[in-house]
Amino acid sequence: MMKIDFSGLDPSMLVKGNAEGLDDEILAAPSFKLPVTVDFDGFQKAAVQMVKPAKGTTTLAFIFKDGVMVAADSRASMGGYISSQSVKKIIEINPYMLGTMAGGAADCQFWHRNLGIKCRLHELANKRRISVAGASKLLANILYSYRGMGLSVGTMIAGWDEKGPGLYYVDSEGGRLKGTRFSVGSGSPYAYGVLDSGYRFDLSVEEAAELARRAIYHATFRDGASGGVASVYHVGPSGWKKLSGDDVGELHYSYYPVEPTTVEQEMADVPIA
Amino acid sequence: MTKQQANWSPYDNNGGTCVAIAGADYCVIAADTRMSTGYSILTRDYSKIIQLADKSVMASSGFQADVRALQKVLAARHLIYQHQHNKQMSCPAMAQLLSNTLYFKRFFPYYAFNVLGGLDSEGKGCVFTYDAVGSYERVGYSAQGSGATLITPFLDNQLKSPSPLLLPAKDAVTPLSEIEAIDLVKTCFASATERDIYTGDKVEMLVLNASGIRREFMELRKD
Repeated sequence: MMKIDFSGLDPSMLVKGNAEGLDDEILAAPSFKLPVTVDFDGFQKAAVQMVKPAKGTTTLAFIFKDGVMVAADSRASMGGYISSQSVKKIIEINPYMLGTMAGGAADCQFWHRNLGIKCRLHELANKRRISVAGASKLLANILYSYRGMGLSVGTMIAGWDEKGPGLYYVDSEGGRLKGTRFSVGSGSPYAYGVLDSGYRFDLSVEEAAELARRAIYHATFRDGASGGVASVYHVGPSGWKKLSGDDVGELHYSYYPVEPTTVEQEMADVPIA
Repeated sequence: MTKQQANWSPYDNNGGTCVAIAGADYCVIAADTRMSTGYSILTRDYSKIIQLADKSVMASSGFQADVRALQKVLAARHLIYQHQHNKQMSCPAMAQLLSNTLYFKRFFPYYAFNVLGGLDSEGKGCVFTYDAVGSYERVGYSAQGSGATLITPFLDNQLKSPSPLLLPAKDAVTPLSEIEAIDLVKTCFASATERDIYTGDKVEMLVLNASGIRREFMELRKD
């Protein structure tokens, strides 16, 4: 019987982080230098102010009969300044799993990349792909071990494994929820409104994509911290595929075209004598 | 008992602005040469730019002591890479190395706002922009530092490259020629110098293209 390697799930292995040899470096948890200070929390609060992580976002994902639909905006805001309109908030962990980004951009990018490495190592060690439940648990355990240190991650892990489509919400408090419909970010209330009212399990792929696109568009319309490009991805049995990337400014005019109004006879300029 | 407050901060901000623009077959990276602390100028002649590999150049504003430490770490890592792989690091590889290096100090960050520019393996210009803890993305142009909020809207207006997230994909590099891009950079710094007290003295520009790398200087207002 094939022995399954659970070392990736062992919580004590994560925090110890022994680095003997270069290959162990990848498996072990990264070791972080900490500041020598009496007031760690105050220092972190001040450091966070300096870094000013990009917050404000709208991401959503839902399961339907043909898989998982994942969508996000692309705006990064630092306080009132828009630092970027082209942030990739849907992270491709591997060809059949996606992660969404909300919260600290560097935290999400780094830990999703780390998760991708761990998933690949699991495949090599166990000769089969990791499940969505397993991958989300790996991430949740890592984030739990850094709980209270100021990481800011609100992510959804979406994928297709042997059990079919899978969707988990994972956050930096260590929370992990299995579900069929999630939206994360400052624009999520608006996205939930559109998503919940239009959702049916038996949507087709095009209908589901349009629902996701509309939900992101409406969130960007009402939430100042969301905007840019609405990206929509579909995760099916053979992996994920990017379906569309549309500028939300242009989406507005395609949903609500400007009616040309009849112009009354304009007053002609008085010729200068 | 009242909470203990630190009397000393390990950080300082030395000001300055960095800009990079990617073209079809070139990349311009520029930074001013003023180093300040508070309202004083420490020197008018400080380079914020370093060439990390034959096709990667990094410019950083923020706390120059952290910038110098970061430059040393990256240069050492690049040397190790050359010994192990017998070749230079590509610009996208250097970009990820910089991101990881920054994130490994996530709980005691480098106060450095970086812009990495160079040529990718196809010879096209590439610019990567970072925050202080390592989140990065490839863009067509970027500005960082004290004058960034003045320069970025101007570059948005002149260069507005289509977002790399659009589908069908559109190229992010600017259609401008190398001479036009250099002129644009000079204009950016001249304008930022007018309205930002931390930017001025001189602008150092590095231009990378297929025939190599060249350096130009332009004088700015010294007030």
